[in-house]
Amino acid sequence: MSMTRRSVVKAIAVSSAVMGLGAFMPRIAMAAWNKAAFDAKDLSGAMSASFDGDAVDSADVYLKAPAIAENGAVVPVSISSKIADTEKVMLFIDENPNPLAFSFDVSATAVPEFSTRVRMGKTSMVTAVVIAGGKAYKASSEVKVTIGGCGG
Amino acid sequence: MAVKRGIDMFRVKAKANGGVTSVKMMAKHDMDSGNAKDKNGNVIPAKFLQTVVVKHGENVVFSGSLGTAISKNPYIGFEFNGGAKGDELSIEWIENTGESGTETAKVK
Repeated sequence: MSMTRRSVVKAIAVSSAVMGLGAFMPRIAMAAWNKAAFDAKDLSGAMSASFDGDAVDSADVYLKAPAIAENGAVVPVSISSKIADTEKVMLFIDENPNPLAFSFDVSATAVPEFSTRVRMGKTSMVTAVVIAGGKAYKASSEVKVTIGGCGG
Repeated sequence: MAVKRGIDMFRVKAKANGGVTSVKMMAKHDMDSGNAKDKNGNVIPAKFLQTVVVKHGENVVFSGSLGTAISKNPYIGFEFNGGAKGDELSIEWIENTGESGTETAKVK
């Protein structure tokens, strides 16, 4: 078989297209980063960009946060949900420049229990929001911050 | 401090116990929010992890969107049903800068 210039060019084009497709494949599995919600500057804006309707207080949402945080740069927070079919767990910090701190998806095999560490600029209410069956549930607590953690 | 390349960004401790695997992972990352300034008063540009996904085989066991309020050297703890000693977890991350990476860790 003679390999003409044209067929070589075509082969390269096809293989690079396939490779490009492969490189993008893993991204599809990831939930898109909700820019509107993370960029929102106030609590109501961040909440309305994150879920529909109002969140109702629920005793089945557990928010564990310190009452007093000496260092606002590292505030340990745990959230767990006893609500069936929990889909998503989020944390809002009222007084932060961008109130939405994180949004974790609860996959089919995951246990709806997360812990992480957040920054707090100053004393603020923190609210855990759990989405289950299309409805929003919440639990809040106040964290007093002695030294803010947003820098500058 | 820049993130060192060529080594894994995440330190992962995954332990299987009674059918549930608990995962504690911590990244070496400054999580610059874009709100802080350096010594000379210049704004440090935002550079933070936006998306972290952990897979056990083909199953996504953790998928999270992170904001700028996540502390420097982010810690994430979670649990999932299943998993056994020796299984491999794959971790995919994407920064706000578009930089991304994949790394693996073993369940102990």
